Amino acid sequence: MAVQFKPLGDQAVLVYFGNIISEEVHNSIKKFMYTLEKNWVDGLVEMVPGYTNVCVYYDVMKVAGWEMEGHSPYEKIVCYLRALLHEETEMPVENSRIIEIPVCYGGIYGPDLEEIARYHHLSEQQVIQIHSGKEYLVYMLGFAPGFAFLGGLDERIATPRKDTPRLKIPPGSVGIAGRQTGIYPLETPGGWQIIGRTPLQLFLPDQNPPALLRTGDRIRFVPITEKEFRELAGEA
Amino acid sequence: MTLTILKPGLMTTVQDLGRIGFRQYGVIVGGAMDAVSYRIGEMLLQQQPQAALEFTLAGPTVRFNCNAVFCLTGANFEPILNDRPCTMWKPVFAEKGSILKLSSCREGARGYLHIKGGIQVEKILNSCSTYIRAGIGGFKGRPLKKGDELPVRESVPSQKGKWGILPTNGPSFHQDVVIRVVKGTEFDRFTEESKKAFFQNAYKVSKDADRMGYRLIGEAPLATIESFNLLSEAVTFGTIQVPPNGQPIILMADCQTTGGYPKIAQVVSVDLPKLAQLQPFSKIRFQLISLEEAQRLKIRQEKALKLLESLISHSS
Repeated sequence: MAVQFKPLGDQAVLVYFGNIISEEVHNSIKKFMYTLEKNWVDGLVEMVPGYTNVCVYYDVMKVAGWEMEGHSPYEKIVCYLRALLHEETEMPVENSRIIEIPVCYGGIYGPDLEEIARYHHLSEQQVIQIHSGKEYLVYMLGFAPGFAFLGGLDERIATPRKDTPRLKIPPGSVGIAGRQTGIYPLETPGGWQIIGRTPLQLFLPDQNPPALLRTGDRIRFVPITEKEFRELAGEA
Repeated sequence: MTLTILKPGLMTTVQDLGRIGFRQYGVIVGGAMDAVSYRIGEMLLQQQPQAALEFTLAGPTVRFNCNAVFCLTGANFEPILNDRPCTMWKPVFAEKGSILKLSSCREGARGYLHIKGGIQVEKILNSCSTYIRAGIGGFKGRPLKKGDELPVRESVPSQKGKWGILPTNGPSFHQDVVIRVVKGTEFDRFTEESKKAFFQNAYKVSKDADRMGYRLIGEAPLATIESFNLLSEAVTFGTIQVPPNGQPIILMADCQTTGGYPKIAQVVSVDLPKLAQLQPFSKIRFQLISLEEAQRLKIRQEKALKLLESLISHSS
């Protein structure tokens, strides 16, 4: 698919690299973001990756002052971003981080593990093995601060949301909703099936960047015991 | 040097221009809902945008525990300073021990109390704005309560300035408005009837209208030509999305950074303050304009604000 540009209102533009969730589309997004960062100019505000696009926020007044008289700020920003698509950027060979997320599965930390196992005619141990047995790619962050949209949950443990959402899900809870899996950064109501909890903090307001996970990271869930959970949580 | 909250009012929070630069980590922008009133207030105090108070429909009552200069902007909450009506849109001196009482507003929805020197709260991720859901920023990451003591700087009477904006020249707030929009990213995926209905019918703001978003009520539910699964992507202040029930939601200053509902339209940035000043049950009609026009309007507004700022600095 050719790269497409669409305005998101009068202060942002979406740059589309495809229309499906795929690692290939994601890699184009990552490369574009990397190139844009290297070519950051006054007038650009910030960028937000989605599954298939990058949203670039810009300052209308500043971009209006760029060269190319007679063109609207939108035309100018698209022209600038389009030129970057042809930029030959050397991406660092291995710039993808692998992050291990310790998770205490089941019990009080994962109240829905038993139900999920029953639903799929698996043992709890098998569900844990499947969930922690592969790497997940962080496609984007959103929904809540530090919340990562992860790709590729195994079909064998994909489970519909709960009929009645819980009013309170503690931070660090690891859940499943359909073919998605994710970690709640904050205490929030929600309908995901909760299978475990991590003692790690996902949202780090005192740090920059303020999130443990970043777009492009690969993560792996590592099963831990309740005792290890308490030790790690105590240190945090 | 503090200011005591004697009565909190409704949804009174510390705000500035918002948290910019962290949306890619899922951190919302927040900031003053009516950014134009907010910016004018800070200009009148001749300072770079500082932490101010925003309140909604019912204003707070505060006591100044030191000499302070303040300025009120936004909707008119019938301010009373020490039993006397107090001017808005003008720097005012409050002697130590003064009590400023704000009531409710007949028109508009949000008011701002600006303090010379700003409310002294710590910046988190480059902003003083209150991020309620995450419990950070502003004053203890939450709306204000009775008895809260907000740190402020002491001022002297000479800092109050002689300038102000006549009430007739300030922004006016109506509850029956035309809001200009540009097409949303999924505009063409809505049925012809839906597109027509969106612009022809008036929408009512429901009681579910807060800093995160306004749920609207219209006559006919809006529908897309075919149902499709939209992948999450960036959304912003002013994005009008349509969930499966067909009744649009306008996202406001505290909206999430990403969303997955089809977007029929986007409010142009110059009309966001007008939107921020709507009370529940107000009426909205949407009008489509071109992106070029929206950006021209934005540039004109910014130039007008710049002019105002230079007029103030020449009067002093």
